[in-house]
Amino acid sequence: MGSVDAFKALVRRDLLLAMRRRADVLTTLIFFVIVVSLFPLGVGPELETLREIAPGVVWVAALLASMLALGRLFSSDYADGTLEQMVLAPQPLGLLVGAKIVAHWLVSGLPLVLIAPVLGIQYDMSWEALGILMLSLAIGTPVLGLIGAVGAALTLGLRGGGVLVSLLVLPLYIPVLIFGAGAVDAAATGTGAGAHLSLLGAFLAVSLFFAPWAAALGLRISLE
Amino acid sequence: MAKLNWFYFAAPNTFYPLAGKMIPWFTAAALGLAAIGLYIGFFVAPTDFQQGEGYRIIFVHVPTAWMSMFLYVVMAFWAAIGLAFNTRLSSMMAQAIAPTGALMTFLALWTGSLWGKPMWGAWWVWDARLTSELILLFLYIGFMALQASIDDPRRADRAGAVLAIVGVINVPIIYFSVQWWNTLHQGASVSITRSPSMATTMLWGMLVMALAFWMYSIAVVLVRVRAIILERERNTDWVRDLKARGAAK
Amino acid sequence: MKWESASQFFAMGGHGLYVWGSYAVALIAVVVEVALVRTRFRRALAAAPAPETGRDD
Repeated sequence: MGSVDAFKALVRRDLLLAMRRRADVLTTLIFFVIVVSLFPLGVGPELETLREIAPGVVWVAALLASMLALGRLFSSDYADGTLEQMVLAPQPLGLLVGAKIVAHWLVSGLPLVLIAPVLGIQYDMSWEALGILMLSLAIGTPVLGLIGAVGAALTLGLRGGGVLVSLLVLPLYIPVLIFGAGAVDAAATGTGAGAHLSLLGAFLAVSLFFAPWAAALGLRISLE
Repeated sequence: MAKLNWFYFAAPNTFYPLAGKMIPWFTAAALGLAAIGLYIGFFVAPTDFQQGEGYRIIFVHVPTAWMSMFLYVVMAFWAAIGLAFNTRLSSMMAQAIAPTGALMTFLALWTGSLWGKPMWGAWWVWDARLTSELILLFLYIGFMALQASIDDPRRADRAGAVLAIVGVINVPIIYFSVQWWNTLHQGASVSITRSPSMATTMLWGMLVMALAFWMYSIAVVLVRVRAIILERERNTDWVRDLKARGAAK
Repeated sequence: MKWESASQFFAMGGHGLYVWGSYAVALIAVVVEVALVRTRFRRALAAAPAPETGRDD
């Protein structure tokens, strides 16, 4: 099987598996919605304040949600031995890991992007800011998945892996948070989100290049 | 010839006695430099016209901040060498550096906070440097937590190396993004090292103290790496011979 | 000498708490780290099997 065919087949397989376990996908999404909805209850219902904190709140919630979803990225394939087959497969492991990350983003990142405007309306965000929120999440959440894959690969099968992965991955998420929330902030205050979005795009390009390779290395180390 | 020496001392059993011989020298250098640095800092450097005597915290703040960043890079370097060439000793070095690096980061944060209280009126200000140091502390803790939770030392070495390399690529990105975020939000403008009237003696005090912390770090890392070597190689013949000769000190 | 008295030196122009708080914690941290690392070294040395009893492989 050629590399491209293997890539497509793996994405299709992971999507199929995810469709069979729809509850898992929904859990991440509902977690995201609940966390964002908690803030007005803690901070107070003044729309002025809410508008101001909205970008940060939605982005932090997106960070936490995608971090929680990382546990599912490799664990079931690790448990049933599929991952060892992948390591031994003739196709480059980095490519196969890339396929898994793409499928993972489609089921755990894309829903966040799609539901974000609804949450933004709770915070009385302007239409323009909502558009930038979706755009920044669409560029930023794949970066979170890519960086997270490295952490998930390194902590595979360790005791307390879930908490550990958050310790490893959250500090590395900070630049994405700064520029993701910054883009929405800039759109809301009318200073233009272009620079922020291009930097997010640059992060995406860099992590697309390095992260699958690093995650593949991590998997090899963990499976040795 | 230099190459030959490198490989000779790359084995834990030859490095162990060498490290033992080096430790007293680095300890003495650290103590001597600290004495000179503190003398310059407290008795030679003039009072800062803007910040009064409170600025004297920089003689411990700036060196620890420098060391915290420098040690992270050195740690990642040794971890990467260990990963690439499968040399046990380099991975042990990386493992030995991490706690000292974390301690330097903590000290930079603590002294930065104590400097900030009289200058900014708050114990913690989301200043770009302090925030970067905080994130650096998280990176150190992540590295140590990952290594601590893996039982097999070889896997711990290699996994830690991947994390340290990813971290070291990220450190400049984090620093730059925090800087950007800080200027965007009109952060505090007073900086501990950006006093326009920085006297030459102040700079000298900082440099000598930085050297003292550097020598200290080397000494303490060497002791720790010797402990790690013993822990990992306790069942080898050379450790037994070492104990038999009683030359362990 | 730029300090006129010991009390002036310890007061640090009103910033004594902050300056000495920094140096004291740095000193404590260094002392504690040295103590911990030396204990670890001594334990590791003691835990290594002695030549008389350890030759069982």
